[in-house]
Amino acid sequence: MASGARFSTPTELVDAALAGDRLALARVLTAVENRTAAAEEALRRLYPMAGRAHLVGITGAPGSGKSTLVAALIGAARGAGRAVAVIAVDPSSPITGGALLGDRVRMQAYTSDRDVFIRSMAARGHAGGLASTSTAAAAVLDAVGFDLILLETVGTGQSEVEVAAAADTTVVLEAPEMGDEVQAIKAGLLEVADIVVVNKGDRPGAQRTASQLRAMLVAVGRAGVRSTGRARTAPPTIDVAERPRPKEPQVLVTTATTGAGVPELLAALDAHRARGREAGDSPARLARAEAQVWAILADRIRADLHEPASRAATEATMREVAAHRLDPFAAADRLLAQGSPRTNRS
Amino acid sequence: MPERPLKVLIAKPGLDGHDRGAKVLARGLRDEGFEVVYTGLRQTPEMVVTAALQEDVDVVGLSILSGAHMTLVPKVTAKMKEAGMDDVLVVVGGIIPDDDVTALKQAGVAETFGPGTTIAEVAEFLRANARQHA
Repeated sequence: MASGARFSTPTELVDAALAGDRLALARVLTAVENRTAAAEEALRRLYPMAGRAHLVGITGAPGSGKSTLVAALIGAARGAGRAVAVIAVDPSSPITGGALLGDRVRMQAYTSDRDVFIRSMAARGHAGGLASTSTAAAAVLDAVGFDLILLETVGTGQSEVEVAAAADTTVVLEAPEMGDEVQAIKAGLLEVADIVVVNKGDRPGAQRTASQLRAMLVAVGRAGVRSTGRARTAPPTIDVAERPRPKEPQVLVTTATTGAGVPELLAALDAHRARGREAGDSPARLARAEAQVWAILADRIRADLHEPASRAATEATMREVAAHRLDPFAAADRLLAQGSPRTNRS
Repeated sequence: MPERPLKVLIAKPGLDGHDRGAKVLARGLRDEGFEVVYTGLRQTPEMVVTAALQEDVDVVGLSILSGAHMTLVPKVTAKMKEAGMDDVLVVVGGIIPDDDVTALKQAGVAETFGPGTTIAEVAEFLRANARQHA
């Protein structure tokens, strides 16, 4: 019996995925990746069941050891009895649209374990380090019962910080000797880290890199105010407590190839999650919710304005802008006011 | 909505260590616009089938230079059938004698590609014969 026939409707497919059928799960993820109508139906049903898993983002430069560390973390988490899913993102070619998804090479040890599920995703032109559908895919894996979901980004540079909104806990990997203290105080990726891991801990310089990071990543601004001991003459005009503050990440050293430091990393992840739960998880989860809803909203507006009923008016407005007879802001106002079949339907 | 790329698993089952061909093909198919999942050397049939299932690939490409294709390939196709993946195209690359080609096709292999095959030929065959999921 062909599998296509086995799941003849989207409802049956989701039923099977929830009942533990891994091929059905894989096909729900494909639908999500391809943003099909079936995916919307599946996500509407699955989203209320999600929210229990711990979503951990793993990011860092190409070759810093993300996939190998993910493999080591799978082992540690399985040892603790947790079901683990991985979403491993690699870049898509900007030229051909093709991709080489090679992260599984490092994650071969868990083939016969049905509580491990690894899925590679091509970024498909999305620039923030993940694919545009990674968060939705994580929600599916969460809903079918995985306890720990590891989101491995593409190899990142300094500013692909999107993963911080997609994950409850963000781990930034550094390799030894990748930069001096000035690199550590630049804005960007290191600022969103909840945990910084210096991997390849068996290489020379790993401990020194870790101490430099520890010294530079404490939130000096606040500590400095306190340590001067001088009273301010006037109260600050902005409430300092309300300003966004940099995180003070924990810095750990691992050797992913041997597993050294990995149990400590898992413990640190758990501790971070526990603190998040106590605090109500609000900032990270609210950021994730907002990112998802805004993306859907933008998609819907675009789709509505391209529906047959509104398409001609939309295109006419675009042509007026191209001819400089209308400015882009007025055009946007007009298109929003024009309304859409969807908004008028309600 | 843009047409999504075909997703292909390139795996090397068995014990031979000659993976240059598999890597060149993986790279070549990437340039042809495919999303290629590369799993590397020394895969058991179970590993290949698990990866194909979790990745929900449209095509499984097996590269074998050890001569063990008559042992390994039917195991992969049988396990895929068992797992409900009979809508996934299986192709084999390597040095396969003609008699074995017939037997492999009976075991569910869509096509075999021997030495001298161009990447464009492989890409064309996959585009023409793979059934895309969802």
